[in-house]
Amino acid sequence: MGSPKEDITLIDEKGRRLDGRLPNELRPIKIMAGVLNRADGSAYVEWGNNKILAAVYGPREVHPRHLQNPQKAIVQCRYNMAAFSVQDRKRPGPDRRSIEISKILSEALESVVLVERFPRTTIDVYLEVLQADAGTRCAALTAASVALADAGIPMKDLIPACAVGKVGGRVVLDLFKEEDNYGEADLPIAIIPRTKELVLLQMDGHLTVEEFKEGLKMAYEACEKIYELQKQALLEKYTKRKDDLLDKETVEKFLERTEIPSEKTELEGGEGGGEEEIEAEEIVEEEEEVPEGEEVEEVPETELLEIGEEFMEE
Amino acid sequence: MFYNVISELTRQYVYKLAESGKRRDGRVLDQFRDITVQTGVIGTAEGSARVRLGKTEIVVGIKMQPGEPYPDSPDQGVMTTNLELIPMASPYIEPGPPGAEAIEMARVIDRGIRESGTIPLSDLVITPGEKVWVLFIDIHVLDYDGNLFDAGTIGVIKALENTVVPAKDYEVGEENFPLKIRNIPISTTFVKLGKVIAVDPTAEEESVATSRLTITTDLNGDLRAMQKGIGGGFTLEEVETCIEKSIRFGKQLRSLLWEKPEDVVTPEEG
Repeated sequence: MGSPKEDITLIDEKGRRLDGRLPNELRPIKIMAGVLNRADGSAYVEWGNNKILAAVYGPREVHPRHLQNPQKAIVQCRYNMAAFSVQDRKRPGPDRRSIEISKILSEALESVVLVERFPRTTIDVYLEVLQADAGTRCAALTAASVALADAGIPMKDLIPACAVGKVGGRVVLDLFKEEDNYGEADLPIAIIPRTKELVLLQMDGHLTVEEFKEGLKMAYEACEKIYELQKQALLEKYTKRKDDLLDKETVEKFLERTEIPSEKTELEGGEGGGEEEIEAEEIVEEEEEVPEGEEVEEVPETELLEIGEEFMEE
Repeated sequence: MFYNVISELTRQYVYKLAESGKRRDGRVLDQFRDITVQTGVIGTAEGSARVRLGKTEIVVGIKMQPGEPYPDSPDQGVMTTNLELIPMASPYIEPGPPGAEAIEMARVIDRGIRESGTIPLSDLVITPGEKVWVLFIDIHVLDYDGNLFDAGTIGVIKALENTVVPAKDYEVGEENFPLKIRNIPISTTFVKLGKVIAVDPTAEEESVATSRLTITTDLNGDLRAMQKGIGGGFTLEEVETCIEKSIRFGKQLRSLLWEKPEDVVTPEEG
């Protein structure tokens, strides 16, 4: 947190912020799954002016060997900022900040990945910040869980993340750079939407308990929105964007045989448990038509989410 | 990884005890270990403190020297916090540069001190734009039995309170003078043992914990820093309960360690 500056008005009389947003408004977010070729899974997130790539490798052998855990897989996240991602060139390589972020992101991801299934292995998540405009750890984590799902790694749920902060005496959602620099507090969080548990929670700055509660509520609501975008990104890769992945003929056959519901309504209806199950079955049916191995891997995702629930009840 | 290697039996036992509200060292869940603090223990440091929290023991040393401000903040001094997990402190710590654990702890402690304005960086200016004090906070862990976050924060505040600015020694002032502290942040760390939450974890409890939460509160009972660690998650209700407890523990610890906490701090001018 930077020091508050008197001479900058971060919120005008109408309650608009410097970039024209309302206090509880997110920046525009775009999420794409499966953007890299070599990685087992990948995702790209554009979040305001943040541009972040996530790649997943694994489960694979752990190096050095002594890090391996005979009971479960380890999740190793590497958050890295490109030298050109910020105004003043950043010295390449890990600094204390990125080591800390890597650690907390690894821990957040470990809480949703079914690590018990892959003992003695590592799941490596590489997060590259190509362009930074505050809130990179949240954007990176949002991308990371999409990339993990894209890699077919069984998980309890995706993890949407978002920050709230205090700017000009008001609690606002999703700070961008100027607000981050001159604001009074920053509170990044990430949740498991199915259980509402917090898996990432940091804070610095100055907040009263009331402001904290208000901010947390705001961030929860935003996370739910981001969660929908994450699911949409995955659905998109395995339905609409088929033509990028398979040859035309297969795609046409596939499209003829399956009715693809418009994702929008499909997703909005996904709130209740019953409806969600129907949605899941439909996806399973669709996927069965596809001969590619990669897609078959994706099918278990919804099943695995159920397994995940059982697992958590234990 | 420097956490203790612990058998599955011990893990289950710790969880089971915790569920009945007990802990291996005889404490209840909402109980800190005994704290003793000694200040001025290192003659060569500008300020120092030795803290014992149960079997955890740390020494905090403050060094100050004149230096240049950062170009983007000409009217602010410089403060850095470093934590050394040295191999003497535990059989599971290996020598080498600070690992992710040590860096995380140092940064969380730093955040609490910095964000509460304990030492406003503007207090560290000698000549604006040219010369400022560079304040080094070094936390040395001598004996590791968990919860360095809380022991560290207390140690740093006590050491800062006891710091004498070496103005005369460096010929930037007439006399050496005591450093003013403007706030007393206190951090409290909670861990989840199975389904229950306990405060001030030992090394063993940290090793079997499924999740961890550190909350730093200031004299007003406002929040200044927070950090969730280890895998696992906290529900909203759990976080709110922890905040409530953190404010309460903060008050208790402050009055335990300072006779009149309000009198120790100097309000900021202007």
